[in-house]
Amino acid sequence: MNIAVCVKQIPDPATPYKLDPETHLVVRPDDQVLDDTDRYGIEIGLQLAEATDGSVTVVSMSPSGTLQGIRQALAMGADAAVLIDDPTLKGSDALVTARVLSAAISRGDYDLVVAGTESTDGYSGVMPQMMSELLALPCLSFATHVETTDAGLRIKRQTPSGYDEVEAALPALLTVTAGVVEPRYPTFKGIMQAKSKPIETLTAADLGVDTAVTQCVQSVEPIAARAAGEIVEDDGEGYRRIIELLETVKVI
Amino acid sequence: MAVWVFTEEVDGSVSQSGLELVTKARDLGDVSVMYVGEGSDEAFGALGAHGAGSVTHLDPGSTLPGAPAAAAMADAIGDSCSLILFGASNTDRDVAGRLAARLGVPVIANALDVAVNGGVSVTSEILGGTKAVTTTSEASPTIVITRPKAFVAAPSGGGAPVVTAVDLPDVGACAATVTASHAEESEGPDLEAASIVVSGGRGLGAADKFALMDELASLLGGAVGGTRAVVDAGWVPYSYQVGQTGKTVKPDVYIACGISGAMQHVVGMKGSSTIIAINKDPDAPIFGIADLGIVGDLHSVVPQLIDALKARD
Ligand SMILES: Cc1cc2nc3c(=O)[nH]c(=O)nc-3n(C[C@H](O)[C@H](O)[C@H](O)COP(=O)(O)OP(=O)(O)OC[C@H]3O[C@@H](n4cnc5c(N)ncnc54)[C@H](O)[C@@H]3O)c2cc1C
Ligand SMILES: Nc1ncnc2c1ncn2[C@@H]1O[C@H](COP(=O)(O)O)[C@@H](O)[C@H]1O
Repeated sequence: MNIAVCVKQIPDPATPYKLDPETHLVVRPDDQVLDDTDRYGIEIGLQLAEATDGSVTVVSMSPSGTLQGIRQALAMGADAAVLIDDPTLKGSDALVTARVLSAAISRGDYDLVVAGTESTDGYSGVMPQMMSELLALPCLSFATHVETTDAGLRIKRQTPSGYDEVEAALPALLTVTAGVVEPRYPTFKGIMQAKSKPIETLTAADLGVDTAVTQCVQSVEPIAARAAGEIVEDDGEGYRRIIELLETVKVI
Repeated sequence: MAVWVFTEEVDGSVSQSGLELVTKARDLGDVSVMYVGEGSDEAFGALGAHGAGSVTHLDPGSTLPGAPAAAAMADAIGDSCSLILFGASNTDRDVAGRLAARLGVPVIANALDVAVNGGVSVTSEILGGTKAVTTTSEASPTIVITRPKAFVAAPSGGGAPVVTAVDLPDVGACAATVTASHAEESEGPDLEAASIVVSGGRGLGAADKFALMDELASLLGGAVGGTRAVVDAGWVPYSYQVGQTGKTVKPDVYIACGISGAMQHVVGMKGSSTIIAINKDPDAPIFGIADLGIVGDLHSVVPQLIDALKARD
């Protein structure tokens, strides 16, 4: 199975995000990291490829920077990367991103496209579904478990009250939750090999994609944070404070 | 102005999200609903009573709704539709994404409010709910995915809507089949409607420790929730998940046990009237939003609390 896994390079979530006061866009440093939630897509891609003697290519739209995030993906075991880096893509919405990634994926010959359910920084949570429509693929979404069948894949898909079992033939698009598999850690060998794996870099023009955006940000305001209340060290009597508060708000 | 609302049936009934969106939409224009599910007079009646004038009904049978519902909706909305509201559930996102790509218009996600003043203007949360961004859209239609409980459902006294059933479109290679459905058994009050929620995080240490949460919740007549970390670990089902990608709760009291307070969790519970947190780390972010924070080991505090509540009965 030849698999394309969509992964994002994002500013390290451990550092507070800054917005550019003029463009209202998140300021992206040179050394962006792999979005942690994409490690699940890479892992499932690697497992399916290993079982079928296939390959995994990571596909990302992002300023290249130091390529730290892409190298992290390659160090896990992905075979190659396709990166779309183009200043005109700054501030792209999910639809433009989907058009760009779909165009890049159409140039290859993939049986399966894998993505996360939502990214950590942007969390629009619809980009993969847009790609499935543009690529005319079934969308096996919100998978918590994935297995192969004769014709394609069967997943467990999260529903409001439990889960559904859903099947589709390949080629298909799959979105995975963070519960689907335990991602592997890169080995020292993997980290060394990542340095020489192929990274193809493309522009929007190479792909012939319209990058126009039809939304305009008017303002960005802080949302008032809740104030902290009282914090008490438990000395064996902490539970009494909880009882008192429950009495005060009249729930007991 | 023509406004459409998408809603998927949940457990045989109209979803709460559907009623919330129709309530909002009726202030913005004439409301039509795309209803996906088996359908019933009761469900359609409830939509009408909240302000929907017409309902387009698609029964997906055993087909995964995303692709066929997007195709049917693209047909149904016609040329005059300016705004389409979706909820944030998984199927809503599947349909919104596919429909947007089909129509060549963007999606504005995580919306908290929508206004119409000439054009459409949408306020949505970004950066884990710490900032609100207001966006104007030149797209036609504008597709918006709203956060759960952004609007409060209220009946308008409207009558039965005009219901049109549509055939399941053939989506060819885009089709996926639902071969089985599994519902998790749940006892006690509904998490989203409960007035008390007891939630457990990774600090519980093991799946069987959730029994503590069950016991505390049942003594208080509350519901049990959890973080994504415990859902991903398989300790509790996804239906327990509170947060950005789970449920949004606004109970009178929220008791967070062994929960760090990551922004993706907080965004789903910060609307609670009173928040109580038990965490052994004095620097846990959850203490920054708690009305009462107990710095301590939940494995001693929670059993003591349970005993004290039992002693009152
Ligand atoms: C795109 C995206 C979407 C997400 N959506 C959600 C979502 O919907 N809901 C959600 O919850 N998360 C979500 N997350 C995950 C979120 O970022 C956190 O990882 C998660 O909420 C952490 O769960 P936790 O608090 O249980 O675990 P941890 O962060 O591991 O916290 C455990 C806490 O328990 C405390 N503890 C340990 N032992 C004890 C003890 N004996 N007594 C008392 N305290 C103890 C520790 O001090 C710690 O603070 C999302 C993340 C991403 C990237
Ligand atoms: N710029 C991007 N490059 C590659 N993959 C992306 C990009 N943006 C989003 N994705 C994928 O789409 C998923 C959902 O992202 P989002 O729509 O931003 O919430 C992510 O988990 C990624 O797998």
